[in-house]
Amino acid sequence: MLRDAWLIAQKDLRIEIRSRIITNQIAPYTLLILVLFGFALDADIETLRDTGPGLFWVSILLVAILAIQRAVDIENSDSAQDRLLLSPVSSFSIYIGKTLGLFLQLLLLEVLMMIAMIALFDSSVDDFLLVSATGVIATIAIASTGTLYGVLATGLGVRETLLPILLLPVLAPVVIGATRAFGDAFGRVNADGWAWVGLLSVVAVLYTLLGMLAYGQLLEEA
Amino acid sequence: MSHLGYLLAGWITAVGVLAVYAWRIIQKGKELSSKVPEHRQRWMSPSQDT
Amino acid sequence: MQNVRNPNLTSSKGTRFMGFLLLVGVPTLVLFAFFLTPEDDNMEDAVRLLYIHVPMAIFAYVAVITTGIGSIFYLWKKSRWWDTVAHASAEIGLIFCGLVLVTGSIWGRPTWNTWWEWGDVRLVTTLVLFLMLLGYLALRQVPANPDLRAKRASVVGIIVAINIPIVNRSVEWWENSTLHQQSSLTDGKLEDLTLFTLFLGLILAGVCYLWLMTHRFRVGWLQTEIENEGAIGVLQERIAEGTASSTETIIKEDGEGEVR
Repeated sequence: MLRDAWLIAQKDLRIEIRSRIITNQIAPYTLLILVLFGFALDADIETLRDTGPGLFWVSILLVAILAIQRAVDIENSDSAQDRLLLSPVSSFSIYIGKTLGLFLQLLLLEVLMMIAMIALFDSSVDDFLLVSATGVIATIAIASTGTLYGVLATGLGVRETLLPILLLPVLAPVVIGATRAFGDAFGRVNADGWAWVGLLSVVAVLYTLLGMLAYGQLLEEA
Repeated sequence: MSHLGYLLAGWITAVGVLAVYAWRIIQKGKELSSKVPEHRQRWMSPSQDT
Repeated sequence: MQNVRNPNLTSSKGTRFMGFLLLVGVPTLVLFAFFLTPEDDNMEDAVRLLYIHVPMAIFAYVAVITTGIGSIFYLWKKSRWWDTVAHASAEIGLIFCGLVLVTGSIWGRPTWNTWWEWGDVRLVTTLVLFLMLLGYLALRQVPANPDLRAKRASVVGIIVAINIPIVNRSVEWWENSTLHQQSSLTDGKLEDLTLFTLFLGLILAGVCYLWLMTHRFRVGWLQTEIENEGAIGVLQERIAEGTASSTETIIKEDGEGEVR
């Protein structure tokens, strides 16, 4: 099962590497968002540092929506999905694979964004372990929900507008948790970052399980 | 009574919105049920479930 | 019996009874809330808003849980009945939720001196819930194959219901403080009359929810009925076309056969 999932993830990543959409369009977009926040907040370094964790996750969500739509597009073009369904790969594996692919892409974007943020906002990271753990777990939550909702919103002709309104409220706890944990790791907020990582883990596991259960049902009829 | 303006605003909004919503549902029901034959409106004949 | 029922309305004996209860009950509630109950020591007269705010809040959550249950049963039984219940309940939940936010804000202004308090758990949870319901209903309004839409909406409905405790927990940790009345119902210091009025509000909100549910359910049922009728009509047309053309070919073939 996991080997099949890895194959699917590899397939998606290979397509992304070849199309260069992530590197040439989405990554510059993340940078652009950070710059715009800089303008909007009057280039006040203290404010930017304070709000950095929140800005980071809001930007990641905006970027994630684009990445999710990309991931769905791959399957929709040339009715690739039908062929995927014909192959002897279980829907569990497809779901895990798609989630994994999305997860790795988002993780790459987060690393880029983190570098940009440290450079532009002069943020200093106090606790690297906490940042990494938060990043990984929150991204699992975003990727698992995103993969499920990407399929949910597809094939109705209104995906671009429907996806954000369905997905973003559901990810509200992730934004709250990840922002707090980052705030702690950046030494900006007096919070227990690891407790938040705990909450994020629960959310990530729950969403992944739900996604695994629901994905097969949704794929069959899509 | 203190805060009378707030009180009235709250109550009137709540009761008003619910009343308007209820009215709209009933109107909609009126419009739709005239289009559907009686035997297929399940609450008209609960025993004969279509 | 039949003559009591009007075929061109979504009402029945039960809903008329509930409607009657509401017509009598709401003025009674207003009477109690505004004139018979005393003002609160801390909140003064603003407490009078709670008699409508608290019951609606409770039933907003009841509505969402109903949507969740309806969604689960739809996925399990694939029955249109549960799907219609889930849809109806979500719409009413959205209205209740919106009104809870509005009355809460109006109440917060004189009491907390602010329209909105980010630090309050229930307020923020309700707002997120409101947004999730908006998404759910947006999905329901997309024109699509009814079965497909119902299935997707059910998945979203379940996630919305499951998300309530998660959002609640995270918001609670987030600010770690709540301005909200610590469950004024269990305070013990409440006067009997206040408690009674709150209870009356709760019952009325319940009746209102049921009344709206019944009507909204029937409207939803009729809508699918009409949608299906359209589909069946198209199908029948196609079948008619199909049989017509196939009989034509048969006749042709027969004719040719005879010639030969």
